[in-house]
Amino acid sequence: MSKLTFILSALMAGSASAFSMTMKAQSGSNLRREILQKGAAIATAAAVPAAAKAYSVPDLNYPFEALEPYIDAPTMKIHHDKHHATYVANINKATEGKEEVDIVALQLNALEAGPAVRNNGGGHYNHAFFWDEMAPPDEAKKTKPSPALEAAINKSFGSLDEMKAAFEARAAPGALFGSGWVWICVSGDELKLVGTPNQDNPLMKGVADSVMFPILGLDVWEHAYYLKYQNRRPEYVSNWWNVVNWDKVSENFAYVTEKKAGVPVRG
Amino acid sequence: MNPHRLIVSAVVATGSSVVTYAAPFELPSLPYGYDALEPFIGKTTLLTHHLKHHAKYVATANTLIESGSALLKNLSQEQIMTAVSSGVELHTENVGLFNNVAQSWNHNFYWHSMKPGGGGKPRGLLADKIEKDFGSYDKLMGEIEKAAMTTFGSGWAWLGFDKKSQKLVVTKTTGAGNPLTDGITPMLTIDVWEHAYYLDYQERRQNYVNAFFAELVNWDFAESNFIAATANDTGETEEL
Ligand SMILES: [Fe+2]
Ligand SMILES: [Fe+2]
Repeated sequence: MSKLTFILSALMAGSASAFSMTMKAQSGSNLRREILQKGAAIATAAAVPAAAKAYSVPDLNYPFEALEPYIDAPTMKIHHDKHHATYVANINKATEGKEEVDIVALQLNALEAGPAVRNNGGGHYNHAFFWDEMAPPDEAKKTKPSPALEAAINKSFGSLDEMKAAFEARAAPGALFGSGWVWICVSGDELKLVGTPNQDNPLMKGVADSVMFPILGLDVWEHAYYLKYQNRRPEYVSNWWNVVNWDKVSENFAYVTEKKAGVPVRG
Repeated sequence: MNPHRLIVSAVVATGSSVVTYAAPFELPSLPYGYDALEPFIGKTTLLTHHLKHHAKYVATANTLIESGSALLKNLSQEQIMTAVSSGVELHTENVGLFNNVAQSWNHNFYWHSMKPGGGGKPRGLLADKIEKDFGSYDKLMGEIEKAAMTTFGSGWAWLGFDKKSQKLVVTKTTGAGNPLTDGITPMLTIDVWEHAYYLDYQERRQNYVNAFFAELVNWDFAESNFIAATANDTGETEEL
């Protein structure tokens, strides 16, 4: 009897409790992720105590309403002052009394460090990274990928338009299910498109196929777009290109290509 | 295959009022009006949540099933969820199939977990069992609110009945997860995806969770699920 026939015949057998049999769930990445988070131990205290406010929320380089009409002012304000601030407060709490580690360096072993560091350290880095790669639309439209970045885009994706199309497909709700981020990363001499769940990012060992260095990232948690777009995530994603600061993305590309390290962030 | 069995099983799995048959699945109507949960859950939230989010999950599930095997077309939502999570490859898009079928099921179950003028405390057999398994209603509330608050990202918090231990349990799942696949029969759920509360509460998930339990929770539904889960149970569990 095949496994399929076996399981289905068991499911359809006369027992009224057919759906609560003690079958072992063997797959399901959600389940595995939760187990991983539950099981991971938080790193033990190190010698040099950190200040309680080791990490801080950086001010935006533009006013809350500057990204209108593509990202609305209320969304920016809540996203920055509440969501980002909560990640910062929680990572400060999680690392209090421990050796102070730069936020970029904190990402590498975040999975081993446990859910508090992974979720809040990731949340802080990702948001700080996100704010700085955006600019008001009239400024953003004057920016474009540097010749070096353009060459890398053409090599890995064919063209900028093809990269955008692939990025939008990866960010669609069916492809990135639930909360997460979509990234363009440098990996070796290639650019890679990566989707990550929740506040994970490709700097974290164990998240992508290998550690990669993001140069562009988009928050697709519902809080990033729900007040303006509700269920219309694809519209948020395609509109977002209007506020991408390609000068900053080009700078990020130059940095990670030279240093083989994650882009530093403010805060 | 006896189609009647499928329906019976589905009734047992879901309680009295939530039943799924084979595809194509329909978007079930809300058991109340779109403005019935005001001011705790706004009309715009319910309209979007039901007619956009829930509807999209149902439509996507049907599309995937339509392009799948004949067998797949004969399965209930519960059977699809359980089979996929047991490692059965029902479709080339197995993860998408699970996510959309489970979200179809979860949302229907969530609508019934609330009612206008809800809240209060559980009664009858369920209240007795809560006392027995958690110590008190307050302790259950502490556990379930913690589950709802600590689900990171998108997910669900549940009160379920674990047939193996014969106990009520609080559990949380991420994404589209459903405790059925762990042998736990759902009694009650709260959606903690941000879309469930963002228009009304923004980042203040705690306020939404508080309102859910104080003003909206439908304990009668949970009790009917508890009775269905225990009435048909022989106390035996089957191992595969
Ligand atoms: Fe965010
Ligand atoms: Fe939902």
